[in-house]
Amino acid sequence: MMKWLKTNWFYLVVLVIALALPLVITNRYYSQVITMSLLFAIGALSLNLILGFTGQMSLAHGAFFAIGAYGVAILTYTLGWNFWLALPSSALLAAFIGFLVGMPALRTRGSYFAITTMCLGEIIYLIAGNWMELTGGHNGIVGIPVPSPIAVPGVLEITFQSQASQYYLVLFFLLLTVFVMHRLTKSLRGMTFLATALNEDLSEAVGINTFRTKLLSFIVANFFAALAGGIYASLIGSISPSVASLTMTFNFLMFVLLGGITTLAGPIIGAFIIPILLEYLQFLQDYQMILFGFLLIVVIIYFPTGFMGLYAKVRDKIKKSKVGA
Amino acid sequence: MELFLQQVFNGIMLGSTYAIVALGLTMVFGILHVPNFAHGQMYMLGAYVCFFLITIFGFAYWPAMAMSAVVLALGGVILEVLVFKPVRNAGGIAPFISALGALIIIENAVVVLWGPEGHRIPNPYPGIIEVFGITMSTQRLLVIGVAFALIVLLQIFIKKTTLGSTIEAVAQNKEGATLVGINVNRVSALTFAISTGLAAVAACLVAPIFMISPSMGMMVGMKAFVIVILGGLGSIPGAIVGGLILGLIEAIGGGYFSAAYKDVFGFGALVLILAIRPTGLFGKEIKGR
Repeated sequence: MMKWLKTNWFYLVVLVIALALPLVITNRYYSQVITMSLLFAIGALSLNLILGFTGQMSLAHGAFFAIGAYGVAILTYTLGWNFWLALPSSALLAAFIGFLVGMPALRTRGSYFAITTMCLGEIIYLIAGNWMELTGGHNGIVGIPVPSPIAVPGVLEITFQSQASQYYLVLFFLLLTVFVMHRLTKSLRGMTFLATALNEDLSEAVGINTFRTKLLSFIVANFFAALAGGIYASLIGSISPSVASLTMTFNFLMFVLLGGITTLAGPIIGAFIIPILLEYLQFLQDYQMILFGFLLIVVIIYFPTGFMGLYAKVRDKIKKSKVGA
Repeated sequence: MELFLQQVFNGIMLGSTYAIVALGLTMVFGILHVPNFAHGQMYMLGAYVCFFLITIFGFAYWPAMAMSAVVLALGGVILEVLVFKPVRNAGGIAPFISALGALIIIENAVVVLWGPEGHRIPNPYPGIIEVFGITMSTQRLLVIGVAFALIVLLQIFIKKTTLGSTIEAVAQNKEGATLVGINVNRVSALTFAISTGLAAVAACLVAPIFMISPSMGMMVGMKAFVIVILGGLGSIPGAIVGGLILGLIEAIGGGYFSAAYKDVFGFGALVLILAIRPTGLFGKEIKGR
């Protein structure tokens, strides 16, 4: 127990801070920004699985986020389903679409895959904007209910009206995502993901079925992207085709890359720091995106491993200088 | 029948502009093995340069087009040096990300500088010709003519001149080309210049027909990628054939089924073709990328 504490104290502190945050931050606006950061962290973590750990540049990630968002919106608002049935259904639907789409798309490699998924994303965006009856066209869907309350008769009832409860809801799903990603990437299966990312031909030579590996990674990534999308739709209350746009995918990409690709902490840090940074940079307004474009290029040229890579470098330097002294 | 012929004509017009945009993209890929995601944005810049030359500096249409091609050719060289050269040996997803960064910068810079609204270049040839019941505006005929002339000129340049054949040499084998004394850096810069210059010409050609706006590049860039992949990355005949196929699919799909979904047909065709042939129609097997 003590030993476990010694190695993991840092994560425990982060968890305690995360749990206590709603008590400290009472400003509605900031609370909203932080909840959204947690939500985007789920999307970024799932993109990291396919992009970082499996080395496949999926540019349809925003589209799968949108499938989850539209799924929950249509099921709860239009059809009146319970949120807790609609959310897993939408995520499973996205996983299934990921399977259908992955079958042809993952036969392609490198740039071919990036562009195929970009096209798929664009198709989903166009459908979201044009299928009036189902998606409400460019106006989207307004008035999506907040998650249905969880009731245990006679014991307790959890509602999701307050901001704090919404925060805990998202935090729960983020922890679930982190747990799954951690177990997955540290497992033997996760090693095959990494092997595929590093050298597909070599992996195949040592007996890894790279196609099935990539397909599994793609399906899991899309499942969690849709999960984040579904919660997003329910908490924000309205969606429009812009959730399916490439900009959404770019945002996730930015979170993953600036935070640190192929690490578990990186995408979360990215999803946290960037929206908060954006809040402070609001005076830049239109120049924001230009700045981010520059950041992307500078980071990929000089710090390809993002913030986490930088952190690891600094830590190693300090260790070395200690040994030296 | 008339509707069909009309759509075929429109398809060829669209397709020939797509073909020149895609040609530039496929050449860059053949040399650098880098997908230039910002290609559509260079196309958009070309249209803007043309627009300003005509409306502010009072250029005539043709000189404006030539000037725009030169400016964008320079822009292409700058893009190559600043964005692609530093990550040339990084491999993996680095070049993608770098290109995405360039795309975001260019598109948003244009929004900040000149606003998100659309502009129109005055049509230099507003006349209309009618043949077999098909209406053809002179400008549209011009687009087809110039596009084909450009394609032929480019072929002659690559196949018949020494400078042009260095491009092919580097595309075939970088080490081999270096061994016989070809400066790979210069060839890369030249290829980028031709690529973005061609995109600028294509943009100037269609600018009098469609509106120009900061977001015009995104769609065209994406379509150029579809074409390049349809035809096989790095294949010049593939880009030309792919461009015409996509133009026809869009025009006929848009004319007969649904204009709102015309882009879905094009992108859907790509996904279908890749499902059958993962390296495109004319593409060679690529390994390890």
